[in-house]
Amino acid sequence: MSQASTEIIRISGHAGPVPGAGLDREFRVCKLVDTTTCIGCKACEVACLEWNGYTFSETTFDNSYQTMPETSWNYWNLIKFNEHEDPDHGLMLLMRKDQCMHCAEPGCLIACPADGAIVQYANGIVDFQEANCIGCGYCMSGCPFNIPKFSPTARKVFKCTLCNDRVSQGLEPACIKACPTGCLHFGTKNEMKELAETRATQLREVSGFANAGVYDPAGVGGTHVIYVLHDATNPEAYGGLPKDPHVPWTVKLWKSPLKWLGNIAMVGGLVGVFVHYLRFGPKIVPPDEEVPPQGGTSSRGSVPQQGGRP
Amino acid sequence: MSTTPILPDGRVLRYSFRERLVHWLAAVSYIYLMLTGLAFWSPWLFWIAVLFGGPTISRELHPWVGLIFVIATLMMYEMWGRQMRQTELDKQFWRAVPNYVRNEDELVPSADRFNAGQKMLFWGFFWCGILLLLSGLILWFPHLVPWNLRYLRYFAVIVHPSAALLTIGLFIIHVYMGTAMERGAFGSVIRGEVSAGWAKRYHRIWYEHLLRDAAARK
Repeated sequence: MSQASTEIIRISGHAGPVPGAGLDREFRVCKLVDTTTCIGCKACEVACLEWNGYTFSETTFDNSYQTMPETSWNYWNLIKFNEHEDPDHGLMLLMRKDQCMHCAEPGCLIACPADGAIVQYANGIVDFQEANCIGCGYCMSGCPFNIPKFSPTARKVFKCTLCNDRVSQGLEPACIKACPTGCLHFGTKNEMKELAETRATQLREVSGFANAGVYDPAGVGGTHVIYVLHDATNPEAYGGLPKDPHVPWTVKLWKSPLKWLGNIAMVGGLVGVFVHYLRFGPKIVPPDEEVPPQGGTSSRGSVPQQGGRP
Repeated sequence: MSTTPILPDGRVLRYSFRERLVHWLAAVSYIYLMLTGLAFWSPWLFWIAVLFGGPTISRELHPWVGLIFVIATLMMYEMWGRQMRQTELDKQFWRAVPNYVRNEDELVPSADRFNAGQKMLFWGFFWCGILLLLSGLILWFPHLVPWNLRYLRYFAVIVHPSAALLTIGLFIIHVYMGTAMERGAFGSVIRGEVSAGWAKRYHRIWYEHLLRDAAARK
């Protein structure tokens, strides 16, 4: 599992073969966020900043625990707070740790035109390689979770790495390490899925949350960050978690059918004009039509010679 | 214009210095935009960006050059917009396009200053230019588009390449006709001149109009 992050299975904007393509072994990693045991302490936010070397950002106050509206290029991990009126459970303070979901079908990578700016490792981590990033921001349009953020100073895009540097050394991500309640877990995708399902079953059968469930959206091929929610039928209540996320259809249309249609049309156009020339040749004015105009000589005097043309 | 476009020695001034300058401002900026755009269009063409200083510089400059292209396009609209209006003659021209393609120019109705094909090129570039500008502004500053307006970005990622592809189609035909196919056309946009025979053959209505003007001035 730990070495797997060096095995790249997909590369953005890349024409050639990919070393790890087609690999299929269970070393896919997964982060499990149990929103039902999160206490909103923000230790994960601090650990993320500490490990990745960013300083604390200026906070905003909007009469809630929300310190800033969304993640930013140098703030990759943010708990989203929402006061939610539940018909069965009354007022609930929903808290969800927001970060990159590390989709199996990553919209950012699909939209990216820069060779090697975004890679997906065999363990499931989707990582930005800023050295190759050209700052176009297409990843922001491809992501259904509003995660990639543009740095106006670096003119490149940044996001959560799932602590790829730690995971590749056999460590768990910094946020997991810091969580005091154990609401964050890290392991293989299968283990985490199983643990999440066990917890969801417990919530349904013991704690009276009939709609409790696991958030591992199929629209993006599943994610390498999964949630346990009290009410899996309403993920939007958890700080705008999309109910059925998928890569935007315009991005898919652009990257597949339009690309092929366009390539065929452009090559067809070039071949077409070439064949036209072979078949019909140029338009040439017949020499017998080349006669000086009647007005030509008379206007000679009024037209300045070289250099004075209008 | 104080002087007549009828030049000595059977030559006719087709494009003024200002028209030629604006044309080449548009052409150079468009070619840069097309090539850097193609670099971002396909991984197989990403190398093109290297020729222009690398992909990061290409991404930075592409929008600025886009603004130059938009300005040149607006100047062309100001110069030629009236002359590009569709007329009854254009419909006749389109019916005769098979003849035009086969170089049977005797069977093609004569044109005013611009024929129907040139008008299609002009309006194609004009309207695609507007779409490219609108979608391009969104793609220039994607980070300034708030999340609840993200549909603007989804619109931009599909409109920008689609409109660009249409212009590339027009561009291929335009460059082919202007350089290889229609002899004498390329010179008209370099030094501004065509032969009287050329003017008479392809733009007789325009040419006769010039002759009438020249005669009236006498």
